[in-house]
Amino acid sequence: MLYVELIAQGLVQGCIYAAIALGLTLVYGLLRILHVAHAALFTLGAYIGVLTTNATGSLALAFVAAMLVSGVAGVAVFRLGYQPILNRPPFVALIASIGLYIAAEEIFRIVFGASGLSFVAAPLQSQVPIFGGLQFKQAEIAVMLGTALIIAVLAYLQNRTRIGVACQATVSDPQMAESFGVSLQMVRDINFFVGSALAAFAGVWVGLLNNLVEPTMGSVPAYKALAIIVLGGLGSVQGTLLAALTLGIIESFGTIYLGKVLDRNAIAFAFLIAVLLVRPQGMFASK
Amino acid sequence: MGYEITLLTTMGISILFALSLNLITGFCGQISLGHAAFLGIGAYASALSTKAGAPFFLAVLFAMAFAGIIGVVVGLASLRVRADFLAITTMGVGFLFVGIVRQQDALGGELGISGIPDTGLSRPAFMVLTLILAAIAAALSIYIKRAWMGRVFAGIAEDEDTMRVLGIDAPSYKLAAFAIGTALAGVAGALYAHHLKFIGPESFGFVESITVLSMVVVGGIGSVAGVAIAAALLSVLPAWFQIIGDYKLLVYGGLLFLMMRFAPGGLAGIFASAMQSRNRTTNRGKP
Repeated sequence: MLYVELIAQGLVQGCIYAAIALGLTLVYGLLRILHVAHAALFTLGAYIGVLTTNATGSLALAFVAAMLVSGVAGVAVFRLGYQPILNRPPFVALIASIGLYIAAEEIFRIVFGASGLSFVAAPLQSQVPIFGGLQFKQAEIAVMLGTALIIAVLAYLQNRTRIGVACQATVSDPQMAESFGVSLQMVRDINFFVGSALAAFAGVWVGLLNNLVEPTMGSVPAYKALAIIVLGGLGSVQGTLLAALTLGIIESFGTIYLGKVLDRNAIAFAFLIAVLLVRPQGMFASK
Repeated sequence: MGYEITLLTTMGISILFALSLNLITGFCGQISLGHAAFLGIGAYASALSTKAGAPFFLAVLFAMAFAGIIGVVVGLASLRVRADFLAITTMGVGFLFVGIVRQQDALGGELGISGIPDTGLSRPAFMVLTLILAAIAAALSIYIKRAWMGRVFAGIAEDEDTMRVLGIDAPSYKLAAFAIGTALAGVAGALYAHHLKFIGPESFGFVESITVLSMVVVGGIGSVAGVAIAAALLSVLPAWFQIIGDYKLLVYGGLLFLMMRFAPGGLAGIFASAMQSRNRTTNRGKP
């Protein structure tokens, strides 16, 4: 029974990781930037989410607002921050991104206060029995369903619409795509918008699950999502999904069985290093 | 006077630490996001050995050797993974170090190690020792840069595959860079521990690794003088920033971002382009 519970907890965590890491892997696949500031958009989404819910009482509206605001902010970060330094060595964008994240964390603290915000009347908090005495918070079930749904929608858009196909073409060969009339600028903007909206989606859920939105909530996802996209073989969407879920489960088992030796973050990175030493190209990469 | 001595000692340690990373990342092009772990290894190794009764100078040598050995082990990982993968792997090493130290009571756990014995040196003498060691590290860096080894490092940073084709044993040189760089970081760690008389896992986390990387990048990757100046400036910046207190990290993060966005070559790059434009204006009048 303990195992089932641990797997279930791991899956909930894994779904959140997946939503955060997907946006990151989209950006990496397209531009080869390790986008640490992604976590700032995750936190921004969480703040917009909690503020909107408290003001209007509607969680649905909160999701829409959070995803829109973070999406637009993501495009702005790309246009103002990354676009001018795309031709520089990769660490330039990485350090710029880290600087941006540190500054953003401070802005959240100064604007919204260090102690964080909570939902006035947090929705979806009651426990639901599933089977055999296993209990879930409503929010936890909603996270899993919501993530699955949003990934399905994305997969559909990517394979069945002109813009989605254009995005895929740009990832595999930017020059060729451009010569076929794909606007690189548009594809990049869309990528940042969608990726940042996904981060906001995850942010609202994390805020809801913990019933707390604080300035530093992005710092752990910031590094761990990087670990996940590396495990998934940098830039691969399917790999990222599998890696996120695997890491969620490994962590929930690890904290029980290895908690005395390593803390939660160290377990995740020990797993990452072990995998990379065996498969330097990532866990699920093909080549 | 006591204040200035503390400030200069901190400066010396930072310069030593930044130069140690400059050897790995600047000269040899191997990015590291977990370099603070080696500062930590040196600090813990020397603190524990002086507490066990070893004399200070022996403890420094021990810290240097121990950090260097662990550095070679991590360097072995760099032979397997490259570029962005290496960045994430070294970040993982940083988290692993903090995670392990935090859970071991023998290493002081969360509380860290306090009451580190006196060095037997007066505070001004300790400051002089620190500054001398920093100067030696700078001299060593310049020597390596001009020697055959430095040229091979530069070649590996530029294009590793070509170096291999030329018949150069790139892996050994990369390991050498890691060994020297991490051993120097170990020395910096030993000085750090005996300067503050207290160390804890929090002092060697991700933020520290980013801080030292930003010293290298702001100084101008690979430039010994630039990195030393940047390390000196950035290490005392927090002390000057007391005036702006609450906004310290905001300014720090913002500076990092703006520097990368507008002057990715760092201080060395700004200096070089200033010299160039001055030469151009002075040469203009000549026939």
